[in-house]
Amino acid sequence: MPGILETARAVRAGEQSAEQLARGHLDRIARFDGALGAFLRVDAEGALAAANTVDRRIARDRSAKGEEELARELPLAGITVGVKDVLTTRGLRTTCGSRILENYVPPYDAHVVERLRAAGAVIVGKTNMDEFAMGSSTENSAYFPTRNPWDRTRAPGGSSGGSAAAVAADFCDVSLGTDTGGSVRQPASLTGTVGLKPTYGRVSRYGLIAFASSLDVVGPFGGTVADTALLYSVVAGHDARDSTSVPQPVAPYDLSRGPDALRGLRVGVPAEYFAEGLEPEVAASVRATIDRVARAGAEIVELSMPHTRYGIAAYYVLAPAEASSNLARFDGVRYGVRRDGPRGSLDEMYGATRDHGFGAEVKRRIILGTFALSEGYYDAFYGKAQKVRTLIREDFVRAFERVDALFTPTSPTTAFPLGERTDDPVAMYLADVCTLPPSLAGVPAISVPCGRDGRGLPIGLQIVMPAFHEAQLLAVAHGVEALIGSIGKPTLTV
Amino acid sequence: MADSPRSFDVPRVAALARLTLEPGEADRFAPQLARILGYISQLDELDTAAIQPTSHVVPLTTPLRVDSVHAGLPRDEALSQAPRVSDGAFVVPKFVEGA
Repeated sequence: MPGILETARAVRAGEQSAEQLARGHLDRIARFDGALGAFLRVDAEGALAAANTVDRRIARDRSAKGEEELARELPLAGITVGVKDVLTTRGLRTTCGSRILENYVPPYDAHVVERLRAAGAVIVGKTNMDEFAMGSSTENSAYFPTRNPWDRTRAPGGSSGGSAAAVAADFCDVSLGTDTGGSVRQPASLTGTVGLKPTYGRVSRYGLIAFASSLDVVGPFGGTVADTALLYSVVAGHDARDSTSVPQPVAPYDLSRGPDALRGLRVGVPAEYFAEGLEPEVAASVRATIDRVARAGAEIVELSMPHTRYGIAAYYVLAPAEASSNLARFDGVRYGVRRDGPRGSLDEMYGATRDHGFGAEVKRRIILGTFALSEGYYDAFYGKAQKVRTLIREDFVRAFERVDALFTPTSPTTAFPLGERTDDPVAMYLADVCTLPPSLAGVPAISVPCGRDGRGLPIGLQIVMPAFHEAQLLAVAHGVEALIGSIGKPTLTV
Repeated sequence: MADSPRSFDVPRVAALARLTLEPGEADRFAPQLARILGYISQLDELDTAAIQPTSHVVPLTTPLRVDSVHAGLPRDEALSQAPRVSDGAFVVPKFVEGA
């Protein structure tokens, strides 16, 4: 299969039609997604219209503008993209996987969606997710769970499980997800795809329906590091509409070195990421990958990041606290659904609307977050967790004084059976043990497939680097991918 | 430092969040939330008396955008998603007594 760089070039050269490419993916979705549930909404009409516009523009401009100029204007010409339903799409219903937004049609595009459209990409639909991105299995979607293309009895991870499954199943070339505590990396690991969480602030959050604003990041999924990198380069960059968007320019990446990118690289292996709860096959696969990286010329440094194990506890104070504040906007007044109470009062309307609109996990987190911020408990919970966040950040600062990159498992387990953890919130939270600390530290991290377990399920390697080192991170991930080779693709059946 | 509490009054906190719970939901959530609080209490193991809190990971200077006029959302579009609208305004139940 050609990468999206080559596909977009062929579309710009008139060798392939964006419309034909879109039809191919739409047909595949129609045929197979009934059994997977990767998409909440497929926008065939919008996708074909966008593809036609791209084809017409290229036919018009191809002779006047050279490939170089056209490539700058349309880096994703004809590339099909799935967009997580937490990102607003003008005129295309956006539910956040929640009942409370079941009828919401955004009057504006998210910044990243604007960038996709301008780059000539074709949005094929909105992908399934845990409600308001709260979950690690996509089973908290108010609509239906997504199934893992490698084994339909298992979860694809979450919360961006729809975006991950869509790429794994080849329903679209690439997709966008969001990552607050691991919601891009963990589903990438469980579906054998590549998923990048950029540095906090590197990608605009404008039009990303907020969950935990100090942690939320938009991240790309691809079948390969190269595809993921190209999508990243299109969506990253400053946007004045997000006050936490970072103004420094996006460094260009270079994947030409292959495994040579690993030569001389100082790789840190933190002992705490290989602690209890890690499946032996996952540990063995990640260790074997690290051995191969060493043989390719990297220097391996065993080290300790002592506050790692407090990441989950700190996160499950901070994220629900921020969520309880962010989700206050869903009150039945400006958008979404409304339910009235028996006596018709305003307070009853708020309560009834939110009871009807929110699922159990969202309610639990709003209650937990409200408690953590309530009078008399703020210091013991929110303040305490913010201080522990400092300790976790400092673990990374110290580690990056000694090494260039950290190699860890992405998820302690491979894909788990649907329903296995839905009644036990803490068991579900443990899925994020390896991905939460980089989120709390705000540093970029990527999950790359590194093998499969005895059941044939994908295993992911997480690579973490210092803030704004995405270009280096992508080169290192590409080096690992070149060493490992493809882990294969799932076979779909109807 | 004192240990953090392991349980709380779920209906009272839900009311603070303007969240009406379904019958039985508070009883179902209480043990789950207690288990989560129990897990969170491991933060008490760390002495953080001398540690500064992190509220944002990226050092933020308040950036100023260019002060130029540009179109916002037209009013009709801004109101298009509201459950109830009248005379170009959002409609909510009456909440001022005697008005």
